[in-house]
Amino acid sequence: MQPDAIVLENVSVTAHHATILHNLSLRVAHGSFVGVLGPNGAGKTTLLNVINGLIRPSSGEVTVLGKKPFQWEGHRLRSEIGRVAQAEPVDRRLPITVRETVLVARYGRLGWLRRPGPGDHARVNEALAAVGMESFATRPLGHLSGGEYQRVAIARALAQDPRLFLFDEPTASIDPRVQSEIVALVEEIHAARGVTSLYVTHDLATLPKTCETVILLREGRIWASGPREAMLEEARLAALYARNSATGTPA
Amino acid sequence: MGAMFEHTFMQHAALAGLCAGISCGLMGVFVVIMHLSMLGICIAHAAFAGAMLGILLGFEPLWGALVFSLAAAAFVGPLADRGQLNPDSAVGIVFSFMLGLAFLFVGLTPGAKTHALSLFWGSILTVSTTDLAYLAAVTALIVVLLVLFFKEIQAVVCHRRVAFAVGIPATVVFYGLLFATGATVAVSLRTVGGLLIYSLLLNPAAAAFQLTFSLKWMFFLAAAFGVFSCWLGLAGSYFWDLPTGASIVIASSLLFAAALAVSPKRRMTTWRR
Repeated sequence: MQPDAIVLENVSVTAHHATILHNLSLRVAHGSFVGVLGPNGAGKTTLLNVINGLIRPSSGEVTVLGKKPFQWEGHRLRSEIGRVAQAEPVDRRLPITVRETVLVARYGRLGWLRRPGPGDHARVNEALAAVGMESFATRPLGHLSGGEYQRVAIARALAQDPRLFLFDEPTASIDPRVQSEIVALVEEIHAARGVTSLYVTHDLATLPKTCETVILLREGRIWASGPREAMLEEARLAALYARNSATGTPA
Repeated sequence: MGAMFEHTFMQHAALAGLCAGISCGLMGVFVVIMHLSMLGICIAHAAFAGAMLGILLGFEPLWGALVFSLAAAAFVGPLADRGQLNPDSAVGIVFSFMLGLAFLFVGLTPGAKTHALSLFWGSILTVSTTDLAYLAAVTALIVVLLVLFFKEIQAVVCHRRVAFAVGIPATVVFYGLLFATGATVAVSLRTVGGLLIYSLLLNPAAAAFQLTFSLKWMFFLAAAFGVFSCWLGLAGSYFWDLPTGASIVIASSLLFAAALAVSPKRRMTTWRR
């Protein structure tokens, strides 16, 4: 039997004397599509940062795709993880085109001193076509709208040929019509590739409908987790988003 | 014009301008895109402090400049990465410390301060063969490293977090760029001067930034503008008897103003397909 894609055991993260993740344990099976839902400040992005090796936990064990993100092999591991972060403002004058930024996805796998070959360029073309951005290939990255930028970020993640996708609120600060297009694209990618995916959001409306499992995160703890239908019951969600933590006890 | 190069010192100055223009222009691209404009002035003052220590204690100023500028570069990265400071604040802290050290060493140096002044303003017309050799070696090294690691440099300079996330050793590349900037400043100190090198690092790259959306072209243009600024400054100095360092700075500033005036980026408010 294949080991789980993600294994977190008693992971805590502390920063500025505040604990962001509390003794969190989690297992994600290969090929599954897991949604992580929780209010702002619940520790959702920190959770992805720990999995991706961007934040070192103060205690606990992290194993992703059989590797430790904080050891020397961390770079190799990250080259196998396609991460789509929240859209962020980009300098309009930045000297990099859409095609070049998607090609960057191949560099981690190539390693030092190796140039991208025809195969890498073909992957980039396929990824741009998959997100409907082929005609934007020569456009400067800073000239894209928020929705276009996110499509390119998804193309970059696809071009990595990843074994794990991490989606960190990819629809945040994007207008609602484009939000639904991005979510549909994510669902399509998971259906077509079957790659293990973790999708983080604070907004229930943007949680992909094909997530089989949902983890509810609150104040750095797994508040509840289980099948999608059970986790998205109205009473449970009302308690999750209740302002006072004392009133929010897991249902 | 040909008469200008009949003198050996002018030939040396032209070669020094070629090397300093290329190396400062290339490293300036990194400084401009990553918004580390304080970096140049910080490392320049660190190099100046190191060179002054060399004069004070009687060892080769170039080695003092090199060690101090590399040490400043080594401090800036971790300060920005781990100290919860933005890179500009980190650079500002190291800059003020280096400025204090520089003036301390100038104050402690006995006798006339002509060496200090020459390091401050630079003296491209009196550059020695040894200085020229160091400058050429560092320039060649930077060009070779840039060609070999262009893809990693492009990824880190344009979006460091993305580069890290796709598995590129972004921190190693970033620190490498800081060290290369430190080495460039150190070997250019005697030629361009501690005060003036900042403008040679910033202006040609900032001018190139206005003109292209291609990083390769930006490197090429920045190097070309750097060399052009140095040679224009030298010509101004030769024909009109102007101070060379100041002429180079003014030439590079005028070049930037011209690039800004014709910049397609400034005029472009919306992208048309």
